[in-house]
Amino acid sequence: MDAFTTHTGKAAPLRRSNVDTDQIIPAVWLKQVSRTGFEKGLFAAWREDPSFVLNDPVHAGASILVSGPDFGTGSSREHAVWALQQYGFRVVIAARFGDIFRNNSTKMGLLPVVLPGERVEDLQRAIEADPELQVTVDLAERQVRWAGETVAFEIDDYTRWRLMEGLDDIGLTLRHADDITSYENGRQPWLPTTV
Amino acid sequence: MGRTLAEKVWEQHVVRRADGEPDLLYIDLHLIHEVTSPQAFDGLRLAGRKVRRPELTIATEDHNVPTVLGPIADPVSKTQVETLRKNAAEFGVRLHPMGDAGQGVVHIIGPQFGLTQPGMTIVCGDSHTSTHGAFGGIAFGIGTSEVEHVLATQTLPAYRPKTMAIEVSGELPVGVTAKDLILAIIAKIGTGGGQGHIIEYRGEAVRKLSMEGRMTVCNMSIEAGARAGMIAPDETTFAYLKGRPHAPSGEAWDQAVAYWKTLRTDDDAVFDQVVEIDATTLTPFVTWGTNPGQGLPLGASVPDPESFADPVARSAAERALEYMALTPGTRLRDIEVDTVFVGSCTNGRIEDLRSAAEILRGRKVTTRMLVVPGSMMVKKQAEQEGLHEVFKEAGAEWREAGCSMCLGMNPDTLQPGERSASTSNRNFEGRQGKGGRTHLVSPQVAAATAITGRLTAPADL
Repeated sequence: MDAFTTHTGKAAPLRRSNVDTDQIIPAVWLKQVSRTGFEKGLFAAWREDPSFVLNDPVHAGASILVSGPDFGTGSSREHAVWALQQYGFRVVIAARFGDIFRNNSTKMGLLPVVLPGERVEDLQRAIEADPELQVTVDLAERQVRWAGETVAFEIDDYTRWRLMEGLDDIGLTLRHADDITSYENGRQPWLPTTV
Repeated sequence: MGRTLAEKVWEQHVVRRADGEPDLLYIDLHLIHEVTSPQAFDGLRLAGRKVRRPELTIATEDHNVPTVLGPIADPVSKTQVETLRKNAAEFGVRLHPMGDAGQGVVHIIGPQFGLTQPGMTIVCGDSHTSTHGAFGGIAFGIGTSEVEHVLATQTLPAYRPKTMAIEVSGELPVGVTAKDLILAIIAKIGTGGGQGHIIEYRGEAVRKLSMEGRMTVCNMSIEAGARAGMIAPDETTFAYLKGRPHAPSGEAWDQAVAYWKTLRTDDDAVFDQVVEIDATTLTPFVTWGTNPGQGLPLGASVPDPESFADPVARSAAERALEYMALTPGTRLRDIEVDTVFVGSCTNGRIEDLRSAAEILRGRKVTTRMLVVPGSMMVKKQAEQEGLHEVFKEAGAEWREAGCSMCLGMNPDTLQPGERSASTSNRNFEGRQGKGGRTHLVSPQVAAATAITGRLTAPADL
């Protein structure tokens, strides 16, 4: 995955809560076997509504999505992350995320940033007042900054390091292949196999 | 200090622990289906990696499969299913394809084969993997990157979630089911309430549930925001497992049971959060909105968004009522539905079909009604019991096994504006078909609703 250190860009305010992954990418889009082309399915049903925020030309080119709470709930489909990234988003900011979505995001280098609900709303209002507002998400400093405002966010050191280095989890785990083998030798004898 | 069930199972599976890093957790069983695996197998091929433990991996075709006999008509669905077949053959993974006697929804087949056992770690690229926690293991949904990780290493790096106890005191009243219980729990704690936690369901009402009921409860943990839900194993669990094809036998059975009996939360263990529910106050429960937390007892009316103090909940309710085309104050019992769906990993097991059939026996449905068994084994058993005749005589459609209308990846969908009563797990906008409107219900309420054409409890008939 691509390394993430800091990103500055335009942001789009999504004033909805419980944005489940079925809305981010409807199931009909999950039938593909490739990893590309999902941007067309991003918010497919909502984008049919001309008044949907991403259809507003003032938000064209936005790379930071600022959503209401409980973003990415529901289905585990990683296609939701791919769709957001392929559409051009690098960061999603919300007060709360679905656990699986948040995890999937960090595996792919899409940064999920948790800010307090009132600060999310401050940022949404600032974007609505000035859609050209430049928002900086600084993973090194763990800060979101816009128009003189600075808000800190939390992320664990390990995930931050992995994102900043752009490291592949499988490669990291395979460095411990000996530990896995020795664990396997001690597994309980009655555990089932599928053969 | 004592440990919770979740802590015991987690600790048993830690391969490696280092300061400042997530634990490396061993995975005992990896379930695969056609939708979330193709890109993971591609990743293995690109990196020249193998499946580390194909014998701890099992695959089935469920999300895309038609529930009428015949080939898959949609070429894109067909390609996805064929891709799974190629991948399973190339990487040596056992697959139950369409038409196979063991085929079915991924979360139905694990337990029915006895592959799901107490104390195990189980993952699948599917959020309803939480179902398997009903046996007292840690089971959770993962994304495709993690599917690839488990295929390659049989492990996952993960931080141990916090623990939440949901204590359900008293007994469920007659006519109130596991589905009503979990819908009431989600309405109480909200779709984000369990976020970052593993839920352990406890208390008298939980202990009295069958394994099918326990699976229904654990299945919808994700709808309360929790990646995993679990229930301590007991005699009900052991009785369900004994004699199943992959359950231990002979001396190994005794050894396993002795260990499984240690899998309970110690009396002095402390949960990070405790939620209490009085089972005796519960009644049949249905959803009115577009997330599973927007639910109420069937005897209630559509709420007025103005009645929500929290502005986020208020605007969510306004939007939900607009999508659902509902007016505040309408009695839930007056909501008319077009289609009834009985099935899914939530309520597609034999007990669910029995309870729906019991209500339909000698009656006729007035709506379209699809009955989709969760697996071919469930279908076979239901047919041995004659349940299919009951459904057909009532005017319902008796189908082949699959995920079906739960998410409409196959041809079983709602038309725009159509309204369903569904025993599935998600009432999200468009979940059962673009523009479709979903009310989540128990199998009993589904059957009664199919008879009257309005949201109805069996006691109303």
